[in-house]
Amino acid sequence: MATQQEIIDILAQRFGDIDFAPAPLLLRGKLAGRQMHVRVPAGRLIEVLTYLRDEPRCRFEQLIDLTCVDYLNFPDATDRFGVIYSLLSLTHNHRIWLKCFVNDPNPTVPTATKIWKGAEWMEREVFDMFGVRFEGHPDLRRILTWDSFEAHPLRKDYPLRGKGERENYEVISRDSA
Amino acid sequence: MLKHEYNPHSTSNDDVVTTRLDKLVNFFSNTGPAWARKNSLWPLPFATACCGIELMATGASRYDIGRFGAEAMRFSPRQSDLLICAGRVAIKMMPVLQRIYQQMTEPKWVISMGACASTGGVFDTYAVVQGVDQFLPVDVYVPGCPPRPETLIEGVMAIQRMLDSGELKNSAERGRGLRMVVEPLVQVAVPNSAAELR
Repeated sequence: MATQQEIIDILAQRFGDIDFAPAPLLLRGKLAGRQMHVRVPAGRLIEVLTYLRDEPRCRFEQLIDLTCVDYLNFPDATDRFGVIYSLLSLTHNHRIWLKCFVNDPNPTVPTATKIWKGAEWMEREVFDMFGVRFEGHPDLRRILTWDSFEAHPLRKDYPLRGKGERENYEVISRDSA
Repeated sequence: MLKHEYNPHSTSNDDVVTTRLDKLVNFFSNTGPAWARKNSLWPLPFATACCGIELMATGASRYDIGRFGAEAMRFSPRQSDLLICAGRVAIKMMPVLQRIYQQMTEPKWVISMGACASTGGVFDTYAVVQGVDQFLPVDVYVPGCPPRPETLIEGVMAIQRMLDSGELKNSAERGRGLRMVVEPLVQVAVPNSAAELR
């Protein structure tokens, strides 16, 4: 088991040109355990993820979660969408979080499905809910909302009650059924 | 033992109801099939949330919806005539519910059970239907979150009362259904009097 700092050192050693900006995970302003997250630019994401999976000292075989945060109106935020990767190594029993920030218009991240197959549906969910596109994804369709739905409802600028989508359905009356 | 008085409700000492066949025919032609239908409702449980748990309790031994003749829950719309929509319905689920309703055979009734099915409840979001009656014809609304089994039984009894009072007409009178009339290909000569029979 490598400590968080050791993993970050391994990364910094291999990718000297990337500013990983390691920071501890916070929960309501307080430290959440000893876990750390690193920033990765979208252009280098596949390289870094592949390295984390294959490097013998890291061995992150498992993609625990792939999700996204909309930082619209978030204090001190400089980017809009943060796509978040949570990795676990079953070999070494250690974890790391990665954040990849993308912005409007057309936020795009390369797909992780070629590294972890399980990323497919998680990327579809992020696309459905946030409208972040995953380049190279084999089947980037909506996964939770219906096909005719057009918005991305977990964006902070989307109203909770929707924009009239739920009023446009076919009505079955007593006479028509 | 057969009595020859023709009061259809007369009871013999052996607790056997006896009547004459023509009186029985008269009874049915007066009440219509509603009398039989109301005591033999076949519900289709469309249970999507916690209301479904109360629906199960209603069907179980303590409350026993079978006392009201509605214990034959069927999961095929072809075999049921009472759709009990129990729980919130997402917009993505609504076409499924509509298809199920359309597949049910006439006559059919719909109970909207609980706050979510009736109004959307607390789920006032972009993805949840704000009352199935916006998209389906609902006959009885059962209030509660979730309703207790007694309340659901009251809803079933409301359907029975509607059947009694003829508020729910059959498909031909309601103006839906296939409007098909089956007529025999061969006309059978019906004797007009006993004399013709001889």
